[in-house]
Amino acid sequence: MEDIFGQLSQQAINGITIGGVYALIAIGYTMVYGVLSMLNFAHGELYMMGGFTGWWVLQFFSSKHQPVMNAAILISLMILAAMAVSAILGLVIERVAYRPLRKAPRMNLLLSSLGVSIFIQNFILYTQGAKVKVFQVSNLIPEGLRTFHVGDTVISFMRIFVIGVCFVLMLLLTFVIKKTNIGKSIRATAQDIEAAAFMGIDTDRIIVIVFLIGSALGGAAGILVSLLFTQVDYYVGFQAGLKGFTAAVLGGIGSIPGAMAGGLLLGLCEAMAVTFFPSAYKDVVAFIILIAVLIFRPQGLMGEKIREKV
Amino acid sequence: MNAETVLELKNVNACYGKIQVLYNINMTIKKGELICLLGGNASGKSTTLKTILGIVKPSEGAVFLNGENINKRPTDYIIRNGVSIVPENRRIFPRMTVLENLEIGAMHRKDRGQVKQDIESMFELFPILEKRINRQGMVLSGGEQQMLAMARALLSNPAVLLMDEPSMGLSPALVDQQFELIENINKKGTTILMVEQNATMALSIADRGYVLQTGEIVLSDDAKALLDHPGMQKAYLGGEL
Ligand SMILES: Nc1ncnc2c1ncn2[C@@H]1O[C@H](COP(=O)(O)OP(=O)(O)OP(=O)(O)O)[C@@H](O)[C@H]1O
Ligand SMILES: [Mg+2]
Repeated sequence: MEDIFGQLSQQAINGITIGGVYALIAIGYTMVYGVLSMLNFAHGELYMMGGFTGWWVLQFFSSKHQPVMNAAILISLMILAAMAVSAILGLVIERVAYRPLRKAPRMNLLLSSLGVSIFIQNFILYTQGAKVKVFQVSNLIPEGLRTFHVGDTVISFMRIFVIGVCFVLMLLLTFVIKKTNIGKSIRATAQDIEAAAFMGIDTDRIIVIVFLIGSALGGAAGILVSLLFTQVDYYVGFQAGLKGFTAAVLGGIGSIPGAMAGGLLLGLCEAMAVTFFPSAYKDVVAFIILIAVLIFRPQGLMGEKIREKV
Repeated sequence: MNAETVLELKNVNACYGKIQVLYNINMTIKKGELICLLGGNASGKSTTLKTILGIVKPSEGAVFLNGENINKRPTDYIIRNGVSIVPENRRIFPRMTVLENLEIGAMHRKDRGQVKQDIESMFELFPILEKRINRQGMVLSGGEQQMLAMARALLSNPAVLLMDEPSMGLSPALVDQQFELIENINKKGTTILMVEQNATMALSIADRGYVLQTGEIVLSDDAKALLDHPGMQKAYLGGEL
C-alpha cells in the first residue's frame, strides 16, 4: 500500500514536470489557432529547434565534452538562445508559408504547415545527422544539489528547475495576456479579428506577435526537455507536437488557460498510467484522451461551444 | 455655414480586390453636425465608413480629417486623431468583460491618466454598464451591447463618431431610445456620421443626409428636404431615382 503512495507521489512530480512542458507547447498551438483558425503542424519542429539550439550553445561553451562556464549562466544562455532561435524561425515560417495564404482555405494552410514541418525535420537530419545529441550536463549541477528527498520521493534538481521555468513562463504570459495592451489586443484579435481592426488594432502585427510568443515558448519547452532527458534528435518534434496538440484540444483549442490546464492534466494522466500499466502504454494515453475529447467534448475543458464569427 | 470641416471625402473610389464598390464619393461633415448616410442593402454604406477609418484604402480620391489627407494613415493613427466607430452588429468582444471592452476603446489614447475618469463618466451616461462591469460581453442583451459599443467608441474622444446601423436588431421601444440617445450625444458636442436603414427616424434627428445607391451618392440635402423628397420613398423600395 505504502509502496503505491510512494509511487504515486513520484509519478505526480513526473507528471507535473512533463505536463508543464506540454502546456508550453499547447500554448503555441492554441494562440495560433486563436488568431488564424489554423493548426500549425510545424510547431513541433520549433520545439525540436529549441533543443538543438541549446545543444549548439552547450557545444560552443564546452571543451572535451565538458562545459567551461558557470552553470547558471550557461543554462540561462541555452534557454534564451533556444527561445530566440525558435521565435525567429516562427516568424520566418509565418511570413513565408502562412501569410501568403491568409485568405486561402484553412486546408491549404494546414498542408503548408505540414510541408514546413517535413522540410525542417529533414533539413536538421541532413545537416546534423540522425544520431542522438547528448547533453553532457550532469557535472553542471553541484554534487549536493542533484537530488532532493521528500519523504520517499526523490526529485532531481533538473525536474524542479523545469517545473519552475514552466510556471514562471506561464505566469508571465498570463500577466501579459490579462493586463497589457498587447495582451488585450491578442485576445481581441482572437475573438473577432474584424472588430479588432475597427478598434485600430494592427491585426497583422498581432499575428506576428502571437507567432513570436508561441514559438519562443515552444523553443523553451524543447530545451527544457532536452536538459531533463539530456538528449535531443531531429525527430523529437513529432511526438512533442502531438502531445502539445492533444493538450490544446483537451483544454479547448483557442483558450490559453485551457492549454495550460490541458498540458498539466495530460502530463499527470500519462504519469499515473505508468503507475498501473507497462510504461510502453504511456503514449497511448494521449491518443485515448484525444479521441475521447473529440467525441464527447469537442470544445475541450475551457473552450467555447461554437465559434461564432458573424 | 462657417463651422469648420472635420471630415471630407473628395472623389473617393474604393474596391474590394478588383470589384469597385464606391464611385466618386464626395461628403463634407462639419463640426457639431449629425449627418446620416442612407441607402439600400449592399449600396456601400459600411464600406464608406471603413474607408474613413482607413480599413479600406481609397483607390482614387482622398479622405481628409481636420484638413489632413489620411489616405496613407493606419487605423490607429486615424482613431488617435479623432475618428471612432460603433460597428454594424456592435461587435462587442464576447469573452472580454464590459470593462475590458471599454479599455480597448481607450487603448490608443496618450492621456492615460484621464481614461479612468472618462470610464466613470460613461457609467454616468449608461448606468447599466457599471452594474455589468465584470460580465462578459456575450451575456449582455442587445440593448446593453449597443450601449457598450457606444461607450467604447466614445472613449477614444472622437471628433467624429461613426455609427453603422445603430438601431438594427433592437426592439421598437429601444429604437426610439437609441435615436434619442444619439441626438443627445450630438447635442453635447460630438459630431456624428450615422448609417441607417431606418430613413424616417434617422432624418428626423439629423441635420443633413446623403443617399447612396450602388456605390454612388444620388441625393444629398438637408434632412427636412430629404424627408419630403418624392424620390426617397421610392429609393427605399429599391427603385431607381
Ligand atoms: N470584405 C469584402 N470583400 C468583398 N466584397 C465586399 C466586402 N465587404 C462588402 N463587400 C461588397 O461591397 C458591397 C457594399 O457592401 P457594404 O457592406 O458597404 O454595403 P452596405 O450598404 O453597408 O450594406 P448593408 O445594408 O447590407 O450593411 C456589397 O456588394 C458587398 O457584397
Ligand atoms: Mg453595412
